[in-house]
Amino acid sequence: MAKAYTPGLRVSSRSVYRTRRALPTAGKVQVAMGDRVQGSTVVAYTQLEGDVTPMKVASLLACPPKDLPGLMLKKVGDSVKQDEPIARSKGVFGMMKTEVKAAATGTIESVSDSSGMVLLRGAPLPIQIMAHVPGRVVEVMANEGAVIETDAALVQGIFGVGGEARGPIMLACKAAEEELHEDLIRPEMKGCVVIGGARMTAASIAKAKSIGVAAIVSGGMDDADLRDFLGYDLGVAITGSEKCGLTLILTEGFGEIAMARRTFDLLASHKGREASVNGATQIRAGVMRPEIVIPLDAAAPGAAESAPDTGGELAPGVWVRIIRDPHFGLLGTVSALPSKPAMLDSGGKARVLEVALERGGTVTVPRANVERIET
Amino acid sequence: MLEKKDGHWRQTFRGEAPTTVEEPLADVTMGVVNSVTELQELSGRKLIDNDGKIIRRTSRSDPNGCDIYVSTSSAGGGLQMMVAGVVKEMTAESAKRAALGAGAIVMDTIAGNDKRKPHEQIQRIRELRPDMVLISGGTDGGDQRKVVEIAELIAPAKPRPRFGGEYQLPLIYAGNRDATAAIRKVFDAPGFDLSVVDNLRPTLERENLGPAREKIHDVFLEHVMAHAPGYDKLIGWADAPIMPTPGAVGDILQEIAKRRGINAVCVDIGGATTDVFSVYDGVFNRTVSANLGMSYSISNVCAEAGLDQVLRWVHVDMDERELRNRVKNKMIRPTTIPQTLEALIFEQAVAREALRLAFIQHRAFATNLKGVQQQRTVGDVFSQQEAGSSLVDRMRMDLLIASGGVLSHAPRLEQTAAMLLDSFEPEGFTELAKDSIFMMPHLGVFASVHTQAAFEVVVKDCLVVLGSAVCAKGQGKTGKPCFAWTMKVVKQGDGPTKDADASGSLNCGDIAQIQLSAGAEAEIEAKPERGFDFGQGPGKPVTRKVRGGPLGVVLDARGRPLELPKDPAERRASLNKWIKALHVYG
Repeated sequence: MAKAYTPGLRVSSRSVYRTRRALPTAGKVQVAMGDRVQGSTVVAYTQLEGDVTPMKVASLLACPPKDLPGLMLKKVGDSVKQDEPIARSKGVFGMMKTEVKAAATGTIESVSDSSGMVLLRGAPLPIQIMAHVPGRVVEVMANEGAVIETDAALVQGIFGVGGEARGPIMLACKAAEEELHEDLIRPEMKGCVVIGGARMTAASIAKAKSIGVAAIVSGGMDDADLRDFLGYDLGVAITGSEKCGLTLILTEGFGEIAMARRTFDLLASHKGREASVNGATQIRAGVMRPEIVIPLDAAAPGAAESAPDTGGELAPGVWVRIIRDPHFGLLGTVSALPSKPAMLDSGGKARVLEVALERGGTVTVPRANVERIET
Repeated sequence: MLEKKDGHWRQTFRGEAPTTVEEPLADVTMGVVNSVTELQELSGRKLIDNDGKIIRRTSRSDPNGCDIYVSTSSAGGGLQMMVAGVVKEMTAESAKRAALGAGAIVMDTIAGNDKRKPHEQIQRIRELRPDMVLISGGTDGGDQRKVVEIAELIAPAKPRPRFGGEYQLPLIYAGNRDATAAIRKVFDAPGFDLSVVDNLRPTLERENLGPAREKIHDVFLEHVMAHAPGYDKLIGWADAPIMPTPGAVGDILQEIAKRRGINAVCVDIGGATTDVFSVYDGVFNRTVSANLGMSYSISNVCAEAGLDQVLRWVHVDMDERELRNRVKNKMIRPTTIPQTLEALIFEQAVAREALRLAFIQHRAFATNLKGVQQQRTVGDVFSQQEAGSSLVDRMRMDLLIASGGVLSHAPRLEQTAAMLLDSFEPEGFTELAKDSIFMMPHLGVFASVHTQAAFEVVVKDCLVVLGSAVCAKGQGKTGKPCFAWTMKVVKQGDGPTKDADASGSLNCGDIAQIQLSAGAEAEIEAKPERGFDFGQGPGKPVTRKVRGGPLGVVLDARGRPLELPKDPAERRASLNKWIKALHVYG
């Protein structure tokens, strides 16, 4: 039988989770190999070069650029404060001199005799990288950061907004099929990772934000509600840097869709436990999906293992989720993989597979329209 | 695989394999070997030796191996560049044209007058991670200060390249030659690798993009590709320089236009972006509309055009809330395909808007040189010709080529043609074609080795001529006469079907299809009513030779610009009429 492959999202009750925590530029690493860290432990820090403020000083002095170096009151490398004079013209017979004051606080980086421009470099900007998940340092990358490892339950969502957040897991919905409404968000959920069921409504998101919930994880949401939450219509799925005050993670997709029961049951089983979540999503090259990581006690039963690399192969018996209408969101197992392309209702031809649905019955869908549920 | 059969060059077999540029394989040559192995199995010709290398044949009678191997590359997201110039509409635009023409994605254009404050420009440069930077500015012998200022913004921002910390960022300077020494001084610092080429705008009246484009190709090969996994090996295998894929498409389109003496437009709509290429009077232009695509950027198309604009192309009931959710679901799961007819209709409606917007952007970019002082006569004033007007005149578009998933894989050719007509709105006489298996990039590189062979394959195997469109420019009241036509067949087609002479007339708001088989040619005379134009002026008859195809000839009296009825019921009735006339959905 011909082999077919498809990407999938991980829903794992226990696995070895590794995360690479690295600075954007070289800096100082604060942890050592084997150290135990908490989510808030600073792994590495650095200082980014300050912002540059260019000043057209020759123009302001009304002099040719080549005369500028001789008119500077400060030299390259000198520190200056905002509004401090940095250059002065000779004036007319020593009178009517023009002075140019620093537009920002910083150091003089360069004085150009070609363009007449002076560059001021501002104070460095500190940057810290935290461990995000509690665990053990298993690799130190010199001047860059570290790799943290932990035994964890892991759920990959399909889409999220907002960056990293941490907090205890609290259940808002009683079942995977239950919609997350406003009345299910309670004041004691402040700082928590709230687990919904099916669609999260706009009112529930607004209330969670006002209470100070750290994150909401639910099956789906309406596009219109996302647009209202962000304040704009998201054009491409590159997220994570939004400053919305709340991280949202969808496990299934947009619309009225219930969370996969396995996912809901796994999250529910860890009620009260600390979770580290990240809504950052990137669908283009270098795919990144949002994650819910729940570190587990090392002493808990069941040895943690790395997930076997199944290579994403589709084969009979493999669990899949249908990811396009008319059967969007339905779960089941692959029951057959016909080798010949089939005619679709759209009029196109494509290779298909048959899915035995969890709720009963069998449907035929294009192979491109399913994703594996990784375990 | 291209082979000479019975004295003619043909594309005979094709193999394909997924890219192996990413981890864990991280070696592009493995993907190449996989695809050539498939070619070997299909053709029965041994092409890969035991060491996993492509075999070259030893003589003409050797049954194994090939004569030459050529390659294009779009791995790692293609060539990503930042360009800079002094004046946005002049040198910066010329720099952008040079970069796009070389096949690059232009991440941003920095200009002295781009309305951003210098510190904002520096911040932007810091955020970008380009493969290389092209700097231009000033005419030769002109003011040097402005272009040095631009360089002085780039140098302290220290843009970091995509590949590794040890990598020296390639910079190409193609500006005022008198400022070269000052530019060298600015970039005389670690981390930069400066090359200097001829000014790409030596005078206001002249654009000289060739040297900058060639340097971009050189730097692409020497620096960018050398850092991508396995490329050092691949460069050794290829018998012609590896080109960025869009650059190769541009080359073959220019060759097609030159050989046939026509103006041509080609569109390639992908998941993330839409590329439009044009050659008008020998002048080549390419634009990349970032974030106008059918999967990764489908949501952006709907946001930019507006969902109501998309839905105006839909002739069946659809629920807006559900559609919005479907769009987002396609964005987050970009590889899915439409299973139902309703899903297909909606995707093709989105494609119309993506193509329409991309073509608007292309027309705005492909202009005469701006900033040129012109002596104008009274006649010029009336003809509205001025510096900065678009070169891409719909009336003079002789050939329109479609490429990319939603166009190439549309279940029916009529759907491809309908999407082209609705979004590009060609005027007068236009031949419609599609790139059958996205072969234009490969033939573009091959043309640099064997132009004649590449062109033969373009004609015989690459471009499928859908047919010809005859479209009236102008607008009139629905139901009133628009134009009369007569068709005289001058050459019968390749198949058994015989085409016959025909004639008729169309009313405003109508579209019709007449048979003219693939390979057939006919002379069509269009006699427009007053207010309608086929290229010779309003009301004047025009006779042109057209080519046939599976679609024959499409006669379009819907009007240009194409405006759909405002009233929803009337709009739906019109759409249904057009869909039926062209057999769009069977």
